[in-house]
Amino acid sequence: MLTFFARRVAALFLTLLAASAVVFVVLEVLPGDVAQIMLGTGAQEDTLAALRTQLGLDRPAAERYIRWLAGLVSGDLGTSYTYDVPVAELVRDRLSVTIPLALLAFIISALVALPAGMFAAQHHNRLGDWGVMATSQLALAIPNFWFAILLILVFSVALGWLPAGGFPGWSEGIGQAIRSLLLPSLALALGEAAILARVTRGAILDTLGEDFIRTARAKGLGTTEIMRRHVLRNAFIPIATILGLQFAFLVAGAVIVENVFHLPGLGRLLVQAVHQRDLFVVRDVAVLLAGLVIVVNFMVDGVYALIDPRPRIEL
Amino acid sequence: MSGQRRLVRRHPNFVVGATLTLAMASVCALSLIWTPHAPDAIDVVNKLKAPSPTHWLGTDHFGRDVASMIMVGARNSIGVAFLAVTIGLVGGGLLGAVAALRKGWIDEVVMRVTDLTFAFPALLTAVLISALNGPGAINVVLAVGIFNVAVFARVVRGAAIQVLPRPFLRAASALGKNPLGIALDHLLPSIAGVLLVQTTIQFSVAILAEAGLSYLGLGVQPPSPSLGRMLNDAQTFMFISPAQALFPGIAIATIVLGLNLLGDGLRDLLDPRLGVWRAGS
Repeated sequence: MLTFFARRVAALFLTLLAASAVVFVVLEVLPGDVAQIMLGTGAQEDTLAALRTQLGLDRPAAERYIRWLAGLVSGDLGTSYTYDVPVAELVRDRLSVTIPLALLAFIISALVALPAGMFAAQHHNRLGDWGVMATSQLALAIPNFWFAILLILVFSVALGWLPAGGFPGWSEGIGQAIRSLLLPSLALALGEAAILARVTRGAILDTLGEDFIRTARAKGLGTTEIMRRHVLRNAFIPIATILGLQFAFLVAGAVIVENVFHLPGLGRLLVQAVHQRDLFVVRDVAVLLAGLVIVVNFMVDGVYALIDPRPRIEL
Repeated sequence: MSGQRRLVRRHPNFVVGATLTLAMASVCALSLIWTPHAPDAIDVVNKLKAPSPTHWLGTDHFGRDVASMIMVGARNSIGVAFLAVTIGLVGGGLLGAVAALRKGWIDEVVMRVTDLTFAFPALLTAVLISALNGPGAINVVLAVGIFNVAVFARVVRGAAIQVLPRPFLRAASALGKNPLGIALDHLLPSIAGVLLVQTTIQFSVAILAEAGLSYLGLGVQPPSPSLGRMLNDAQTFMFISPAQALFPGIAIATIVLGLNLLGDGLRDLLDPRLGVWRAGS
């Protein structure tokens, strides 16, 4: 067990290192002149040279990469070229929007999808099942940003219940902040919920077909009891796996949805930094998002290994 | 006739999916030779008009015909998705086949590289490329294409590993046939079904990614219309003309729904364990 986890942790660090190397190579080695990209083609040679020195671009690539890694580990990411504040501070502020948004979307999708999936499985091949499956099929086809616009049309433009965008900040009170995160997290939750409902249904149907369920029935356990004690616990393994895999899509979705609602989160920071050609902010945010995906998948693998002994033997 | 009816009853997913996909493909093909108006014809006097007999789906903030823009925009996004899926199919197919045939360290390297690729959602990759190249459809093709290479490499490797131990493949190998010949003549036909289903799914994923990136202004660039950007524009004017926020979204959802249903339907039809292939005959 210990060697298994030691190997997994080693693999985690190697993957994180590889991901950071990819981002570094793509953004700092491939483009040729970073200063030129940041300042545009009309920049004077002495301005370019000044920026190169200021950003440390005159140092060898390997040295810059190691410095950057050290900065990532110690939390010192330098100063943003466009915002003129420490990047670490910028990222911390933005995370206080993105993480609650993702969490809220996650909670909403679980609250909707788990009961819906259970309901569909219990009404297998009947109207209820058909209804859940058709709804999830439709939900999968609707782009999250379009759903976001539709939500704004209904709840902000027509009904005037919720803000159409923006974020007042947590200092204005938790209620106000949650109110502005409600529509964005609903938009983000749609696709998640659709997939989760389908997986839940499938996992429960698979488990219901197992021998031990027949045994439980035979010894006289009621349907609710069987669901609670046997089915849900076993069906949880594939559901947890999908939740982990879906996290990458949640991150990608947040990048778009934050832009629809003008939320000051990491995704909006990333897209703005691209438009402003602030390559260093792009680099730091990109590696952070990829790192989040890698770490979450690692944790899901860990949980999976704890619940189910098989993967250990296969390795 | 009764055969067709049975197909509809037993495989509604396939029938509905194929119908929607064919319909959208026909509309896109039609846009090559005909649109109700020129999609880039600006008519500021008639801007933000509601649907009418002259402009079936109304006009946008420049007075351009929304129906024509949707036709060409859908064609653009299908074009981008087609290229991205082709890159994935060819690149990923080769990598996956080589990994399965050669095994050992090559297999290990291919698997670790795909692992790493999955840490970068296509959207993130597209944003990274756009940071260097500036926005454009080619970034979307590349980013989604790279992600697809990883997906297809995994799918082809997985399917190939299951098929390879079968006697006819071992016989071909024993007869001294080279690996490329085996891959093309024997392996490919054996896994074509899996590939077809996965291609349909990746196609719909690519359409969604393209739409999202166009919405962010990183996809197909003006004056060529794109469904994602139309929605972004519609959002700006949604207090004046809320109807404009509906049509491009319906177009995206129809394409994606059609492809998803087609993929599900094909999987049901082709899965030999279910023995359902004869249902279509």
